[in-house]
Amino acid sequence: MPLFTPGDDPGPSFADLLRRTGRQPEIPQLSASERFDITHGTTVVAIRYADGVVMAGDRRATAGNWISHRAIEKVFPADRHSGVAIAGAAGPAMEMVKLFQLQLEHYEKVEGDALSLEGKANTLGQMVRNNLPAAMQGLGVVPLFAGFDTRREGGRLFEYDITGGRYEETRFAASGSGSMHAGTVVKLGYREGLSRDETVDLAINSLFEAADEDSATGGPDLVRGIYPVIATITSRGFERLDEAEIAERFRTLLERLAIREAGAPARVPETSDQRGVDEP
Amino acid sequence: MSMPFYVAPEQVMKDRADYARKGIARGRSLAAVVYDDGILMCAENPSSTLRKISEIYDRIAFAGVGKYNEFDQLRIAGVRSADLKGYSYSREDVDARSLANQYAQILGQIFTHEMKPMEVEILVAEVGGEPGTDQMFHILYDGTVMDKQGFTVLGGEAEAIADRLESEWREGLDLANALRIAVGALGGPDRTIEPSELEAAVLARSNGRRAFRRIDRDELADILPAAPASNSTTRAPSSTEPPQTAG
Repeated sequence: MPLFTPGDDPGPSFADLLRRTGRQPEIPQLSASERFDITHGTTVVAIRYADGVVMAGDRRATAGNWISHRAIEKVFPADRHSGVAIAGAAGPAMEMVKLFQLQLEHYEKVEGDALSLEGKANTLGQMVRNNLPAAMQGLGVVPLFAGFDTRREGGRLFEYDITGGRYEETRFAASGSGSMHAGTVVKLGYREGLSRDETVDLAINSLFEAADEDSATGGPDLVRGIYPVIATITSRGFERLDEAEIAERFRTLLERLAIREAGAPARVPETSDQRGVDEP
Repeated sequence: MSMPFYVAPEQVMKDRADYARKGIARGRSLAAVVYDDGILMCAENPSSTLRKISEIYDRIAFAGVGKYNEFDQLRIAGVRSADLKGYSYSREDVDARSLANQYAQILGQIFTHEMKPMEVEILVAEVGGEPGTDQMFHILYDGTVMDKQGFTVLGGEAEAIADRLESEWREGLDLANALRIAVGALGGPDRTIEPSELEAAVLARSNGRRAFRRIDRDELADILPAAPASNSTTRAPSSTEPPQTAG
């Protein structure tokens, strides 16, 4: 059982406690020639709406051009009133989420009170910054953080860069390989005061379009019944949406898109025995 | 150079034990009671910020009486130990028995080797998955560990309070009844403790992953029977207690 003298006490910081007890994981030292394809998680989005924030992430993990996992999860509760979504090297990202969840709970138990939302966002920023040496070796992690600020009564969301830079966004944020497409879809569909249903549909739409353009982002897998993870964070806390609801919303989207595609002009086949032959 | 007086080891141990017991007896008592959904812990504590009962891990709680700074140091060490173990292995591997043994080691070591023993008595409680599997470890200032069933009482008046609980407690109590008998036993026949003088928390099976939940004073007031005004002889908190002890 770790006991410390008052001057040496790590306080409520779990990361500090890991350092003091010699459990800090080492930073990998890889030279450029030794690099290999590691598993990457891809696209996540967070959108603020009337009651809080919607967070969504696809389910694909890739290693180079392989699909290494079809049902990985990238959206996690950080604590009761906040969530974290990850993109980047899957191993370090999962470890970061685990440590972040632990850190928030550890602080709450040691101090007897939870961190402010701002404090949680800064904690995650420090963790991303501490990961910078690993990021330089190709093991970068770029998370999104969102929560319901119980002191300010509203949803807030934060994005990060690889150096640990923390940027609060007022409307939406996206991260990962498909973030440009997903972000653009959300940007065009966003307005102030969206309802929950509208926001969830916007998130679903954005992930679908990202998967349509980016091979590392997974679309809905109708064969295996694997759909993106979507959660809302409101005054009631972090709540993951039912798989059935997400499946239903995807079906509606696919039906709408199928009607649109059916109206497109027919393609002329590139290789056809009709080519160059005059109609009789 | 003068020779130090010889003091028999029995006398040293007895003096230390007396010293620790006296310190503990200055604070007020705490009762833990098994009920149908888990374990209720209830203490007399006029402070709403300096806690005697706290969460250690998903299914484990800590309670301490005696000198506040000493049991709070033990509480934090327990949180650290549990979180480190859960991080290194798995959340399922963190258990109360192992924590209780670690506490016993520390308290025993300090009792025999340090200038002054810790003036604390602590409880490590773990709620099980099914009724009847709850565990309570009561640890004394000298490192003695006791595995308790049903209920346990910590603090100076422990024996009298335990006698009162013995006659009231039975298996399968609901939360409201468990709270009533615990508060009744803490107060005794001629004293009613107001909700503003109480601290209570439960480890409840139905609470999800983190079983620990505090019962705030409004909820306490709803559950406890309103005290008849004439019968209320609440002690003034500040006059009877030294400043180091929380409640």
